[in-house]
Amino acid sequence: MKLLELWMAIALIVLASSGGDVLLSSAMKRIGDLDELRARRGILAVIVAIFTEKRFLWAIACMSVGFFSLLTAFSWGDASLVGPASASLTFIVSAVMAKFFLKEQVDHRRWISALLVCVGVVMLAM
Amino acid sequence: MNVRKYLVLLAVMCFGGTGDVLLKRGMQDVGAIDLHHPQALLGALTNPWILIGILCLTCFFASYLTALSWADLSYVLPATALGYVVLALLSKYFLHEQISNLRWAGVLLISCGVGWVTRGPALTAKPRETRLATAEEQHEIA
Repeated sequence: MKLLELWMAIALIVLASSGGDVLLSSAMKRIGDLDELRARRGILAVIVAIFTEKRFLWAIACMSVGFFSLLTAFSWGDASLVGPASASLTFIVSAVMAKFFLKEQVDHRRWISALLVCVGVVMLAM
Repeated sequence: MNVRKYLVLLAVMCFGGTGDVLLKRGMQDVGAIDLHHPQALLGALTNPWILIGILCLTCFFASYLTALSWADLSYVLPATALGYVVLALLSKYFLHEQISNLRWAGVLLISCGVGWVTRGPALTAKPRETRLATAEEQHEIA
């Protein structure tokens, strides 16, 4: 039962972090190129644009859920399982979410890269 | 993609990895945190390594947001995974941790993934409704 809870916590970490990344990406695309905005209207306008974008605030909320589930999962299981499992799965789930929610063109190149990075992260943690 | 944009991706990698290593270095001074006394974490905020680490991670987040403002998420995530390599190198030479052959193999795989994705297009070519980017800019990015 404890193992099931641990994997549910890992699933929550992965979903919350990937969801946060997708919302963050969507928020930034709505605001537009930050470099251009800073060059035209200054750094203050950039900060105001970011913090008044609702999707950015939702992204922060999602990432906070991910962070606290990570802390919880650490208290239940080994860091050597929780860390790499959540970090590597996040790469794959983010690519899937980017394809379906952001309509990004995730081609073979990007799938292979996400997979290589995912396996690499697991190996780093071993 | 121009030089400035590659520099932003480089900043994401360097600041992320360096920030994590500096936090780890600071926590070596602070010592293990007892879960029953989490207020000890507040004391960690006075440690100079932790403060520089937080500054680095703030720069990481700012450059990450900038990258996401002109590139796809499925491009930025693998492209900035080289931060894990920076983390491994700094752990070895700055924190003097042991890096096994398996970990070096992991570093190699991540590098291959990063090299592979950064040779592709950064942004999905399609009309987007952004508030500020013009069609001309998007054409340049694509």
